[in-house]
Amino acid sequence: MYDEKNLNHEMVQFMDQYGSLLHDNIDLNDSQLLEIYNWMLKTRLFDEKMVRMQRQGRIGTYAPFSGQEASQVGSTYAMEKDDWIFSSYREIAATMVHGLPMQQSILYAKGHMYGGQSPDKLNIFPIQIIIAGQTLHAAGCALASKLKGENDVSVSYFGDGATSEGDFHEALNIASVFKVPSVFFCQNNHWAISVPLHQQTASQTIAQKAIAYGVKGVRVDGNDVLAVYHVMKEALESARNGEGPTLIEAVTYRQGPHTTADDPTKYRNNDEVNEWAKKDPIDRFRTFLNKRGLMDEDKQEKMKGIVNEEIEKAVAEAESTDRVTVDKAFDYVYDKPHKLLLEQQEESRQFLTIKEGR
Amino acid sequence: MAEMTMIQAINQAMAQEMERDERVVILGQDVGKNGGVFRATEGLQGRFGEERVMDTPLAESAIVGTSIGLAVNSFRPIAEIQFLGFIYETMDQISAQAARVRFRSAGRFTSPIVIRSPYGGGVRTPELHSDSLEALFAHTPGLKVIMPSNAYDAKGLLISAIRDNDPVLFLEPMKLYRAFKLEVPDEVYEVPIGEAKVVKDGEDVTIVTWGATVPLAQKVAEEAEPRNISVEVIDLRTVQPIDLETIVQSVEKTGRLIIVHEAVKSAGVGGEVASLVSEYSLFSLASPILRVTGYDTPYPVPSVEDDWLPTAPRIHAAIEKVMEF
Repeated sequence: MYDEKNLNHEMVQFMDQYGSLLHDNIDLNDSQLLEIYNWMLKTRLFDEKMVRMQRQGRIGTYAPFSGQEASQVGSTYAMEKDDWIFSSYREIAATMVHGLPMQQSILYAKGHMYGGQSPDKLNIFPIQIIIAGQTLHAAGCALASKLKGENDVSVSYFGDGATSEGDFHEALNIASVFKVPSVFFCQNNHWAISVPLHQQTASQTIAQKAIAYGVKGVRVDGNDVLAVYHVMKEALESARNGEGPTLIEAVTYRQGPHTTADDPTKYRNNDEVNEWAKKDPIDRFRTFLNKRGLMDEDKQEKMKGIVNEEIEKAVAEAESTDRVTVDKAFDYVYDKPHKLLLEQQEESRQFLTIKEGR
Repeated sequence: MAEMTMIQAINQAMAQEMERDERVVILGQDVGKNGGVFRATEGLQGRFGEERVMDTPLAESAIVGTSIGLAVNSFRPIAEIQFLGFIYETMDQISAQAARVRFRSAGRFTSPIVIRSPYGGGVRTPELHSDSLEALFAHTPGLKVIMPSNAYDAKGLLISAIRDNDPVLFLEPMKLYRAFKLEVPDEVYEVPIGEAKVVKDGEDVTIVTWGATVPLAQKVAEEAEPRNISVEVIDLRTVQPIDLETIVQSVEKTGRLIIVHEAVKSAGVGGEVASLVSEYSLFSLASPILRVTGYDTPYPVPSVEDDWLPTAPRIHAAIEKVMEF
């Protein structure tokens, strides 16, 4: 007899809420710790900048990730260069840590034709809008790596809402049956737009869903970057060793709205938001670094200055990138466009000429 | 050269392409040991191994979604959906994912997959096995839709589809799988995607058709001859993209157009063909364009399906009508 109440729901934690270490052995040196902090700070400031830019009408609809930096930075920092990322729209920090240039994310947010074109050799698939669709692409990509005898792991990122979708279940199932090198990384940020977790799933945790598919399930404090790094490292290693996929549930919180078009005050109370603000992943990690003598206010301000400069530079680059006209849209429908499509492309060019008064 | 059924030709096309290119893999339910419900993949797992012919869990979305991931990471997957009526389960992975990978990534990633599926009626299947759903997919930019009508074309078109750098939906009329044999060359050859074929020359009426209804249209055309009506029959072969030139050339000669397809009438590929002809060749028409199609109901139960599908008398009536106009 299976008893839901007797499942072990332990949550992996390396630091407590006040930045005190709960484990002795962290396998990260001081410069790595500072690098991780730098990423968290950079992506937070980037996120805030994007929200402001949306309000100024400089980018389109944007999905903020503030509050989820530990989950994203910690997990991606554990990955190897050739590993694959299949993400949703809320994983900009993860893709940045893996190597996606900042201006690329800005171009995407600006609705630029080439926003989804990641640089050659960078194994980052374009952002997925359809919830959970990417979990299957990652499973297939991992199957390819396995068949080729390559060592890469394919990681899919998704939110708690995605765990209700059929594709999530089909992906876990097929990845497990084929024992592919894959990690399913769920950022449980507690809200799928306005629907809270308890209305999303009746199971006690998301990690426990792994049991049904015969894969490992891990629940980790998603605001504890050291814990996330550690569990991700283990999951990647296990995938590389041929032990199949792991489902990681990183328990975190989306501090802002679902997107810039959403008003969370309609469905979420302030007490909850304030409670989670106390668990902010960046504050916690900074306290930890302070205690370790690696960070102080001066260093923090200096770092902030450098990071802000980098963000402004990326914004300037993105904003000075040439606009693309609609006729370019026809170039990427087929390998070679068919005749009727070419006729439409020509028509679009004619109307562009008229519009520009040429 | 051997005489072959369509299913044998399809099997040979896959075997030869797998032989030639080790990136070609097959995945789907029952495709391995069982060789597929129609035996399209028979013997392939034995020959190429379980890593290249993979029995998957029963999950259409997973079969196609996983194929996309395989394709992105350098494979050339052939995914089998057991019956076309089951394809709704993977609509997103085909139309919103596979077909858009190239566009979404501005060419950085592509999804060269082939999705094979039997379709079409007249074989007394249970519900949701026989539907002709090509219009749903012809409406998806980035996807190609192929519907062969005989063994020779099926082999050549499937080889083209496997080599194509875009996702291709390859719909096989199950009624024709074993209906007749044709001489099929043993060697590897391609039939180009996007080219229709005039399967019977004629002077008075053009019938444009594809897939399962091609032999029916050919039969009707022969039956019309003693009445001195000369019917030209065009097998479209690819419904996305459509070979407009071949159609227009024919209509300009005959002045009359009838479109025959199994799918329901409204908002279908037939409507698209009619619209293209009116757009590009209106004044060559001597009569209205008519469609003889499945009716606008869900695919019916076996006891009435023969009268629901396009029949010879219905096509003859359409010919009379355009001739008398």
